[in-house]
Parts: sequence; structure tokens; C-alpha cells
Amino acid sequence: MSPEPLLNVEVLVKRFGGFRALDGVSFHLHPGEVLGLVGPNGSGKTTCINVICGLYAPDGGEVVFDGRSIAGEKSHRLVKAGINRTFQSPRPFLSLTVRENVEVAAHYGDPKPGFDIDALLALLELDRYSQRPAAELNSAQQKTLDLARAMATEPRLLLVDELAAGLNPAELSRMADRLRALADGGMALLVVEHLMGFIDKVTDRVVVMAAGREFFGGTLADATRDPEVIRVFLGGGHHG
Amino acid sequence: MPDTAAEARRRLIRRVVLDTSIAAAVVIFMGVVRGFYSNELMLFNFVVFLALAQGLNIIYGFTGYLPFGYVGFYGAGAYGFSLVVMHLHVPALLGMAAAAGAALVLAVILLPLLRLSGAYFAIASMAAAQAVYEVVANPDLEDITKGPYGVSLSDVFAPAFSYYVALAILAFALLLVVWLRNSRFGMSLQAIRDDSVSAAMAGVSVVRGRTIAWLLSALVAGLVGGVFAWHISVFYPDTAFDLSVSIFATVFLLFGGATTLSGPLLGVFILYGIYNVIGIAVPQYFQFTYGALIVLLVLFLPNGLVSLLTRRGIRVP
Repeated sequence: MSPEPLLNVEVLVKRFGGFRALDGVSFHLHPGEVLGLVGPNGSGKTTCINVICGLYAPDGGEVVFDGRSIAGEKSHRLVKAGINRTFQSPRPFLSLTVRENVEVAAHYGDPKPGFDIDALLALLELDRYSQRPAAELNSAQQKTLDLARAMATEPRLLLVDELAAGLNPAELSRMADRLRALADGGMALLVVEHLMGFIDKVTDRVVVMAAGREFFGGTLADATRDPEVIRVFLGGGHHG
Repeated sequence: MPDTAAEARRRLIRRVVLDTSIAAAVVIFMGVVRGFYSNELMLFNFVVFLALAQGLNIIYGFTGYLPFGYVGFYGAGAYGFSLVVMHLHVPALLGMAAAAGAALVLAVILLPLLRLSGAYFAIASMAAAQAVYEVVANPDLEDITKGPYGVSLSDVFAPAFSYYVALAILAFALLLVVWLRNSRFGMSLQAIRDDSVSAAMAGVSVVRGRTIAWLLSALVAGLVGGVFAWHISVFYPDTAFDLSVSIFATVFLLFGGATTLSGPLLGVFILYGIYNVIGIAVPQYFQFTYGALIVLLVLFLPNGLVSLLTRRGIRVP
């Protein structure tokens, strides 16, 4: 693992009116590492991804990617810089074909010259649908297409927002293998997920969030033994 | 069936050839028919609406913005042309450059409207067109715009030449749509229309894409407005900024089917054809027939005539 983190999130704050969705969260991520971001609903996981990928400008704190502050930069610029994401509910371009969905990203997302769209579609088992409109795909296939769109820009940091939700066990296992393979290739992954089995299979370590800040960092096994983590997930009655 | 880059390229070439052939056929037809049919004004109006519907197709079909005030660019073009021809006595073709310039300047001024969406955008664009009309028709500006008393451009009156210039503009509008339908830029616009957040995450600059589409769409309307002023040579501000120009272009586009090349063409040929036939033969039934057609369209074919084929998985040029 590289000594220098690829991503450094430092005391990040995001407010919506009077509500602090992110309240000083900090963590870092190295190339080739898979970090799980877990926490109850409303703890700020997706907001965190939205700030890192440029959808929201932060109200405080820093996001440093590859040694450069990127907080508040436009999404399409961050994509070219090497950041991409998937969405909790897949958001393909419904009127375009599967291949065109990936083609747009492969053209505008600045992958290396000679990027092979067909090889990517084959890798993700979408090749047989390549001429079909994305609207005809089922939910799991649309999620995979979302991943294909992100991968076509050859990101160095991939933010994965609840990719596993709604997948059957076989699909889950395939998706976990895919994400691990991406990390083995040197990509850094930040994975937001509720399914702990999936998190266990995919991540190297986890950051547990509640109320917009992190309060645990370490392996998932350690997290499950941490009384504070148990209290946040199960309610106030448990005292370890 | 798996797709490959080579197949995709072959399919693209076939599409471009088919689209360009349709565009060429329409332009040639509108050129040839002038030799056989004496009602030139009607033919000219066909060319005007064929081009306007494609211009509107650029902004609505490819980005989803529906400007009810589209006529504002048409009027700006008409007055851009008229002002330089009246005051600077430039040749008509140079006046066309002023028409394009006036529409583009208006489009740049109205760029902030693209921050709105849906009905808000439609209404705001209509208000903007109305505002420009009020300025042009202001009696206090009579020395410059001739105010509400209208413009007379008898010095440059050239019905035959201006008709062919209109055909050239139609060809330009059609080729723009052919390009958008078959280029990566056009694909990126459709991506923005489908989901702007996802498009940004594909590396597409959403603001840049929408801006270019907006300017191109305004450019087409400005050129059409300019050639309208040239061809008609005497007109009033309420003709150049007539909201029914927007409505007609919108209805033709939606009737045929946006994003396609052939949809707006069908819309104009069928609806404007019916409009002229009924308007001449049984004008008392015009409103009823037209209204009924539009109601039927909205109820049964909200995506236009071409959706009869596209919903069966057939790609329409």
C-alpha cells in the first residue's frame, strides 16, 4: 500500500439549512484500498460521497485528492481528474443504448487512448445487451451499467453508493469479486453499504459514521465488537 | 447480440447516409416544387416551419428544454436583418449575418434561463420574447425600429433568391440535427437530457453542452427570422414576434416526434398541410379539426407519430 493517501477528507462540513449532514467527518484512503463507510440511515454517508464527487460544495473542511484540494470543483472536472461514482438508484441514460451509455463516458471521461468499450462490456457481462436501450435493462443490470459508466472513465478513486442493495446472492457475490478485482488493480474504493456480509467480503477496513462524523475506524471485525458502534446501530440500551 | 466497435462504426455510417439522404430529399423537393406550384408564400412558410421545427428540435429534442418564447429569436433575427438593411444599407446577405448575430446576442443574454426547468423555463422564455417585442414595438423607438408601424424593405426585395437562401438555412438546420443525432456531442446532449447528474459523472460538461445547444437553436431561428424579413419585406412587430409561430413550431415538432430528423418533417408536412387545406376549403372547421388532432395526439401518441415505430423497437431516422 502506498504511504501517501490518495484521498484525504479533513473535518468536512455540509449543512442543509440548519441541519448539519456532515459535521466534521475525517478519513483517508490509499490506492488499492477498499474503505467501507457504514452507519445508520441519515448518518451522512451519501452526502459525503456527494461532496467528494463535486455534486455538493462543502461548507467547511477539505477534500484533498492526489495532493490537491478539490472541494467545490465541478463533477465533470473531477471525473477527468480520476474520481467517479455509482448511484444508490442506478441512473443510466435511458434513451441511449447500453453501448452508447458507456461510449459517452469513454469519450468525455478521458480514459487512456485506445480504451476498449467492448472489453469492458464483456467483462461486466453486458455485451449481449449492448444494442438495447438502457431502459430495457432490469435493476441489477442497470446497476452494473452504472458501474460500467464509471469504469469507462478509468477512475483512480471509485465511490460506490449502495451497489449491493436489491441484488440476489449470486449477483452480490459477482459484484463483490468485481470490486475486489478493481482494488487489486490499484483503484481506491470508498464503499457505502448496509449489507454487512458484502462489506466484510469487499473492504479492508471501515469507518463508522453517525450524525455526520466518524467515531470508529478499523476492521469490520473490531467494529462489531465496539460497544459504541453497537449502541449506535442497535439503540441506547446496550452497554457491551 | 454482442456489439463491437467495427459494427458500431458501420451502423453509424449507414445512419448518417440515411439521415443525410432524407435531409437532401426534403431540400431538393422544396426547391423543385417551387417550379410547379404558384403559391410561393405558402411554400416559403413550409420552409420556414420545416427549419423552425428542426431548430426547436435541437434545444427540446436534445436537451429537454421547451422554449415557448422561441419566436423571440425569430423576431430578433427579423429585426437584426431589417435594422442593418434599413439604416446601414448593407446587402441582404450581410443582413443575414446581422440576423444571426441578433439572435445569438439575445440567446447569450437569456442564458441564465437555462437554470430554470420545465414549465418555469417555458414561461420565462415566453416572457423574454414578449419583452423584446415590447421594446421593438415601442413607438418612442420609431426612428430606429419603426415601432408598431412596421418595416418596409423594398430595396432588397428578392423573392426568388431569398427563397433559395431559406432552403440553404433549412439544409443547415437539417444537417445540424443529422450531426447531433450521429455525433458524440449529440449523444452527450441526450445523456444530459436523460440525467444531468449522471452525464456530469460521465465527464460531460453539462453547462457547456446546454449552452451550445441553446445557441445553435437560437441561431437557426434567427436565420429563419432574417430570411422571413427579407422574403416578406413588409411586416409588423406583431408578425415577427407572433406567439403562434412558437406554438406552430412546437406542435409540429411534438406531433412528429422530437429527437428524430423525420418526426418534425412529418409534423410540418402533415399538420401544416392540413392547416392550409382546411384553411382554404372549410375554414369554419379549422379550429375544431386542429384542436381534435392535437387532443388525440396528446392522448394516444405523446411521443409523436414516430413513436408508432419506436415503441416497436424500430429506429426511426
